[in-house]
Amino acid sequence: MAKKESSFLNMVLTLLVITVVASFTLASVYNLTKGPIAAAREAARQNAITMVVPEFDRLESQKFLPLTGRDSLEFNFAYKGDELVGVAVGTYTDQGFSGRIRAMVGFYPDGRIVDVVHLQHAETPGLGDKIEKGKSDWSDQFRDFDPATQILRVAKDGGNVDAITAATITSRAYCEGIQRAYETFIANVKTPEGGAE
Amino acid sequence: MSQLKNFTKGFIKENPVFVLLLGLCPALGVTTSAFNGLGMGLATTFVLVSSNVVVSLIKSQIPDKVRIPSFIVIIASFVTIVQLVMEAFMPDLFAALGLFIPLIVVNCLVLGRAEAFASKKNLVSSLVDGLGMGLGFAFALTLLGAVRELLGSGAIFGFSFIQGDGMLVFVLAPGAFIGLGYLIALTNMIKKNE
Repeated sequence: MAKKESSFLNMVLTLLVITVVASFTLASVYNLTKGPIAAAREAARQNAITMVVPEFDRLESQKFLPLTGRDSLEFNFAYKGDELVGVAVGTYTDQGFSGRIRAMVGFYPDGRIVDVVHLQHAETPGLGDKIEKGKSDWSDQFRDFDPATQILRVAKDGGNVDAITAATITSRAYCEGIQRAYETFIANVKTPEGGAE
Repeated sequence: MSQLKNFTKGFIKENPVFVLLLGLCPALGVTTSAFNGLGMGLATTFVLVSSNVVVSLIKSQIPDKVRIPSFIVIIASFVTIVQLVMEAFMPDLFAALGLFIPLIVVNCLVLGRAEAFASKKNLVSSLVDGLGMGLGFAFALTLLGAVRELLGSGAIFGFSFIQGDGMLVFVLAPGAFIGLGYLIALTNMIKKNE
């Protein structure tokens, strides 16, 4: 078959047909994958919440603006019966080595940390990615950490957190993210009596 | 050229990474582990085969002056499909590769094969070319990823067999260049001895 001539009409029509077909294809793929993508994201979030708070049977979510940083943090209040057993806070930090790090921090109602698990990061593989639970036990040191009496900073900066070898920037950033969650938690949730609202 | 030769040329003789030096950005960027390299390679293979087939099918309908924009739209559509499907059904792989998937669009290997091969050859040849080139790319990325993972973290496909860290430089960007350089030298040696 001979090549189509590059006339104005031919070019416009060809591009029109190609883009229209591409749009319809993409729209249908988007519709097909919309459900599974949302389900996968929700499953990851639920999984992270379950990992960082004690056993619960009911969740309530609310967003609070942190004192520092622009984006609001999502607070997931975990109840067992009517009693608040923990709060899972989706926090973030922009001080990471490459891009934003998102993590889920779990608090007991009295402000102690239950556990921390990362949600998303782009830190250097082999160095900064040790913040992941599966890669090393580094983040286990945050279990039962009490930010009221201990300092959420790496030892080099005078805090009580051991930094990852050769990844101080990442460790520092992770602490900053947890600190942001804690400050927002104190400002919005914890009452002077030590209980939760 | 027989179809078998057409298929196997992508592995050593015209390997996209080691010989044609195409698509180096993802080759250097994602190959921190063998698994990431393999995932990226297979995703690229899918895009390459699909775009080669479509371009070959409609090549006579595309006026010469708008062929590049047409190819790009076709490639970008397939890349978006890969991205959506991967995020929906392989969230773990997507978390590792997510950033690099959109970059397949600008991988010169894909456009290069569409322009230099599929827009001139028939459907079967284009399909075989896409498959061979794509798998050759996947092979190169997996090999480079394996070398870097082995030297950098003392592991292969995630199975660690030493305690502690390996040579960290191989996990970082300079290690990618060093590893690639030696693999290219090795490929040249093999080609010379043939």
